[in-house]
Amino acid sequence: MNFRVTRTLPLLAAGLLAAFAAHATEAEHIRASQAWIRVLPGDLPAGAYVTLENTGDQPALLRGARSARYGSAMLHKSSAEGGVSRMAMVDELPVPAHGKAELSPGGYHLMLMQATAPVNVGDKVKVTLTFSDGSTLDADFVARPANATSASD
Amino acid sequence: MIPIDSRMKLCRSRRWLMLLMLTLGVLLLAGCHRDDGIEWRLTNVSDHMPDLDFQLVDDHGKRVGAQDYRGKVVLLYFGYTHCPDVCPLTLAQLHVVMQRLGPLADGARILFVSVDPARDTPEVMHAYVNAFDPRAVGLSGPARDIEALSKRYRSAFTREPDRADGQYEVSHSSAIYVFDGKGKARLLATPSNSQDDMVHDLHLLLSLGSPS
Repeated sequence: MNFRVTRTLPLLAAGLLAAFAAHATEAEHIRASQAWIRVLPGDLPAGAYVTLENTGDQPALLRGARSARYGSAMLHKSSAEGGVSRMAMVDELPVPAHGKAELSPGGYHLMLMQATAPVNVGDKVKVTLTFSDGSTLDADFVARPANATSASD
Repeated sequence: MIPIDSRMKLCRSRRWLMLLMLTLGVLLLAGCHRDDGIEWRLTNVSDHMPDLDFQLVDDHGKRVGAQDYRGKVVLLYFGYTHCPDVCPLTLAQLHVVMQRLGPLADGARILFVSVDPARDTPEVMHAYVNAFDPRAVGLSGPARDIEALSKRYRSAFTREPDRADGQYEVSHSSAIYVFDGKGKARLLATPSNSQDDMVHDLHLLLSLGSPS
């Protein structure tokens, strides 16, 4: 019995690895660009924006983010229906196959809170984006002034 | 039976009468808008909204009222500093508008009124508004005074339920209310208006206001 387990375990592991390799992760096909953070004074929460491009044949689902520079990061969406500005947490943002999803001011964004140390304009902040299959993508977000309107203006 | 000839005459005179009434109507309408022949691109709210009136605390901790901004075109916007997306976007856009207006922008003030006075002290507001534009003023104060100003312009705000971390969001009006130098409500801008529309109308309003 013991003999059997020790012989089959490596085989099983090899099989799983093969299956994993054949099935690419969501993050592998995502390209991040135009990544920036709007830095606000003090310890006010900051909005972070990025354009995600999916080069794969399968849709990907962005679930959230984390960064060593912030205590917490949440995926949010702003809306202005009926003349009222609202912000709500969202569970996921789909990035269609061979398509794009934009996190941009006034829409989807990451809300970064409790900076571990002050983030200054010009800093590059590493943010890890997490997808529904557990895969991750690291992207450098440029810290921009409060009155910026895009990644470069 | 009326002869065909006089029937045609009757038709003609009726037509003339209608034309006359139409002309009179147009003249009457034109007369009503005589002082404002300007084609505004934003929503014209002249005579539909009350004059600017409030008692609040500015970002230096000083009690201020609408009379302190007489002579300035006022852009009134409700928001809060813990709002990471929409409020900074609106203020950043207003900053670009002010820059595009050039020296005329000195005749205008952005009044950012906090709908979250519990967290938005004058110190927080001071750092916040100055990160956007030197002509922006942060106004805060007792909740009832803010509510009074908000209600005056049929705008509303709601504190959303606390999150697990104790923080909360506040839903608020997305409009920008524009007042002339006499404190009269003139225009209303919504997120659907372009930056060009804002620059166009503010340029006109600021040019009208300046002594020639």
